[in-house]
Amino acid sequence: MTRRQVARDKWDSLKESRVPVIHIGTATCGTAAGALDVLESVRRTLSENRLEATLVQVGCIGPCYLEPLMDITMPGSPRVSYANVTPQMARSIIERYLIKGDPSLELAVGHFGSNGNGDFDGLPKFFEMPMLKPQVRVVLRNCGFIDPEDIDHYLANDGYVGLAGALEKRPEDVIAEVKEAGLRGRGGAGFPTYRKWEICRSVPGTTKYMICNCSEGDPGAFMNRSLIESDPHCVLEGLLIAAYAIGANHGYVYINADYALAIARLKKAASQMKEYGLLGENILDSAFGFDVTIKEGAGAFVCGEETALIGSIEGKRGMPRSRPPFPAIAGLRGEPTIINNVETLGALPNILRNGAAWYRQFGVQGNYGTKTFSLVGKVRRPGLIEVPLGIKLRQIIFEIGGGSQKRFKAVQTGGPSGGCLSEEYLDIPVEYESMTAAGSIMGSGGMIVMDEETCAVDLALYFLHFTQNESCGKCSPCRVGTHHMVDILEKIVRGQGQMDDLSKLQVLAETVARASLCGLGQTAPNPVLTTLRHFRSEYLQHVKEKYCPAAACKELVEYDIDPVKCNGCHRCVSVCPTAAITGAKSELHKIDIYLCIKCKACYEICRFDPLAADAIVFRSRRSVS
Amino acid sequence: MSDNTYNDIFSAFRGDEGDLIAILLRIQEKFGYISEDAVKHTAQFLRLSENQIYGVASFYSKFRFTEPGTTSIKVCMGTACHVHGGKFLADAVSWKLGVSIGQVTGDRRFDFQRVNCLGCCALAPVVKINDRVHARMMVTGLEEILSRRE
Ligand code: FES
Repeated sequence: MTRRQVARDKWDSLKESRVPVIHIGTATCGTAAGALDVLESVRRTLSENRLEATLVQVGCIGPCYLEPLMDITMPGSPRVSYANVTPQMARSIIERYLIKGDPSLELAVGHFGSNGNGDFDGLPKFFEMPMLKPQVRVVLRNCGFIDPEDIDHYLANDGYVGLAGALEKRPEDVIAEVKEAGLRGRGGAGFPTYRKWEICRSVPGTTKYMICNCSEGDPGAFMNRSLIESDPHCVLEGLLIAAYAIGANHGYVYINADYALAIARLKKAASQMKEYGLLGENILDSAFGFDVTIKEGAGAFVCGEETALIGSIEGKRGMPRSRPPFPAIAGLRGEPTIINNVETLGALPNILRNGAAWYRQFGVQGNYGTKTFSLVGKVRRPGLIEVPLGIKLRQIIFEIGGGSQKRFKAVQTGGPSGGCLSEEYLDIPVEYESMTAAGSIMGSGGMIVMDEETCAVDLALYFLHFTQNESCGKCSPCRVGTHHMVDILEKIVRGQGQMDDLSKLQVLAETVARASLCGLGQTAPNPVLTTLRHFRSEYLQHVKEKYCPAAACKELVEYDIDPVKCNGCHRCVSVCPTAAITGAKSELHKIDIYLCIKCKACYEICRFDPLAADAIVFRSRRSVS
Repeated sequence: MSDNTYNDIFSAFRGDEGDLIAILLRIQEKFGYISEDAVKHTAQFLRLSENQIYGVASFYSKFRFTEPGTTSIKVCMGTACHVHGGKFLADAVSWKLGVSIGQVTGDRRFDFQRVNCLGCCALAPVVKINDRVHARMMVTGLEEILSRRE
């Protein structure tokens, strides 16, 4: 019997298990939400009640706001998903469902049955939920379904079929297939993947390197991390396919050292691959041999840039160098090297398994396929999503994300290199070209929604602070220019900005963008440039009226107590660290604005404590200088 | 630190310059920081100068050269956490412990760092205390946790 057959049997016996199967998502987001406590509670409940069940730890299925997610499949019934599960809930659901046969539907969010509502009246199908319905799962297809630490789960779900198909073709034909699929680099630039490969393939020489870039430096993006945690083999299979295409026998996964779980899963996956003959010599009985090294990065944003990343792998400072020569011709240790992003590689097994034509059914002309995003910020349903290219921003933010609680203001894409798009741009399609034309970029997949309580100037300052910190200091436009820009922006958010600061900022931003050596510096001004363009009035309000309409800039905000609402509950008095709030119990409280450090503790307690009356407000006042 | 501890770490490597970052990461994992002693040993092992090692190590934000405090507090300053008020959490820690980002309290009990993203942006704002991530954190909640540990 082949390995695949064994894997399939194992998978089928899980699908048709005679005992209940319990899936718990224990990727980073699930764990942060408390999944390990839930897991512990499940284990205890099972053993105390002497219940037999199979526990499977899976990765992230996407709707992180529902974490911790626990799914139960009873023999003969579809899998039912329960969200925001606490250890107590887990216990009660298991006792009710496994012992008494009551699926506790009031606690469930969806089921994975095949047709209609399955056996569960009124319960929607998981993938019919508003957040999931518009999505297409190609790269993320296994996430949340398979045990990422079990290669058999991957094999049973057509894992390494793409690789096997590739190895039967000539490398040139693999490249042609990827060209035909129209795959473009998912790291953000959107450069056609096949073109880099072709260059590298055509360079003579026997030593070539294939690198997977998982530096994911955008602070607020976790797509790559989540994919590796949930389905490491799909990325490694992609790496092998790419390596075969370009003629490389050694590869690296360059990954942020903070991604401890992802690193552990990659290492485990690699050792299983060795055991299964998927690494080493004569992979799948072909002439192709390949080995992979997991290289940890030590946290430098600039290392996402190809030449800097290579420096870092060589054990040096991760400083970008000027190109040409491009890495495809002379990269790691001077040898031809291809660097592809995690998601690009994750798409490859699917393309090779199903064919280019299949892949092209997703997306639109010139922008084929899907893209993952980490949709976060002021949005009702944050999480990891995968959508066909060409989808409208509006659909992502409102249909998938459920819009924001307060009034929507803008969406930021592309992280520190990207920009903010205001409401009027929501109907542009998510395509490389149209995102750039609108003033932002596709980026690697960070998508941060801002509402009326997010200040555009403050966000621009936030990103600039980040890039200034991360500037490697090699060239002065970036090192000095971003510093000056931060100074100006800090003046503005403190209410000390002058009108000519805006023009200075504009000129500086344009200079830094033009004169910097590498991508980090060239794109660093983008958050400032796009907010100056789309939110100029907000800058003007900060400068002319010392007013922050979002009430987000601390220096421009004052705390106050609404005398009509205040019930004198004393909660705020007890949490105020500076004794700025006074007043006897049951009498109106007062804030001394000179003592107040605007720490927000009183506001929180007044809003969320059941005894309190939501009387504390903070706002920015207009004062024309 | 005895030479043996370093040798244990070094034994997993061949001693190429390319191993430098991985070695420093293992050292930091073990001791919490990169001491002068560690740099000296690493320099010998890789046949590099100590300056070369500092040059590389100081480039990467992850490496630190001073001993950490007992309880580590990491406030996420990633974008998602920022728009959800992560700064208020950082200010609360500063106020409460009297230290700013990157510092250790005088009694060495608390270690206050910022991080760029903890990978659970959908649960923002988040704070990591030792190994535990606290999701959807509030100023009052954080102060309570810190008081309990004081
Ligand atoms: S931004 Fe804080 S966890 Fe990602």
